[in-house]
Amino acid sequence: MKAHVHVMLKDGVLDPQGEAVRHALGGLGFEGVNGVRQGKVIELDLAEGTTEAAVREMCEKLLANTVIESYRIEMA
Amino acid sequence: MKAAVVVFPGSNCDRDLATAFRNAGCDVSMVWHKDTDLPADVDIVGLPGGFSFGDYLRCGAIAANSPICRAVKAHGDKGGYVLGICNGFQVLTETGLLPGALLRNAGLKYICRTVPLTVATSDSVYTRGYNAGDVIQVPIAHHDGNYTAGADELAALKAEDRIAFTYNANPNGSDSDIAGILSPNRRVLGMMPHPERAAEADQGNTDGARLFAHLTEALAQA
Repeated sequence: MKAHVHVMLKDGVLDPQGEAVRHALGGLGFEGVNGVRQGKVIELDLAEGTTEAAVREMCEKLLANTVIESYRIEMA
Repeated sequence: MKAAVVVFPGSNCDRDLATAFRNAGCDVSMVWHKDTDLPADVDIVGLPGGFSFGDYLRCGAIAANSPICRAVKAHGDKGGYVLGICNGFQVLTETGLLPGALLRNAGLKYICRTVPLTVATSDSVYTRGYNAGDVIQVPIAHHDGNYTAGADELAALKAEDRIAFTYNANPNGSDSDIAGILSPNRRVLGMMPHPERAAEADQGNTDGARLFAHLTEALAQA
């Protein structure tokens, strides 16, 4: 089984990389891009029966820094 | 005075930091990230600059969860002294020994140059050799030095006089121009600038030497 963990900077935390991407899109002529936030996706290949609670603990302990990041778990 | 300098894969300021401690009169041992214990009776632990574990996941995140960092956390939690410089500061925020986090520089560029810092407090073993308001020149070399903390944490840092150093011309977007902060008990210091690169005449700058000299003197008396 797999889990996908989406990690994003929290709302309100300035994302300079996302801003740079937004500027670059504007430079390419794409109009109407009001904002870009850049995050990451971590794909976990898990033993059958691993619970979402266990993945949540992984996020809290290592995968996300909850001071600045939020995370969302998708069990697949 | 016994100092231990932790070495992670990717540390590159560990020997500079050890030399600065040694020149100030410390006995220094190097400790590997897989070690589970610090040397007995160690007075201060140094977390050096570099790119521990290639900065994978987040700067300092994997180092903060290494076996030796459990011992460093325990040392800090029981009132021990810890000095984290650059990547070491990032590790300290990841362990929770210091609040906040270090984000990508606001200008997105890696910055490597000497910058003026203001010593914001002389009330710590690290800054007692300076006067509050002193301006010193110290090199920075980082990509992720943009200090951020919640409004409550920033207010606490200010109210408790725990901001150790500020940038005179903010190079990276840090909240309140913060370059270095102290723990609530003032025994853990994290700072992005590199005092160990300004610690002897051959480096062309000795503004950081006082930090190590006065730290060593204070801990030797303790």
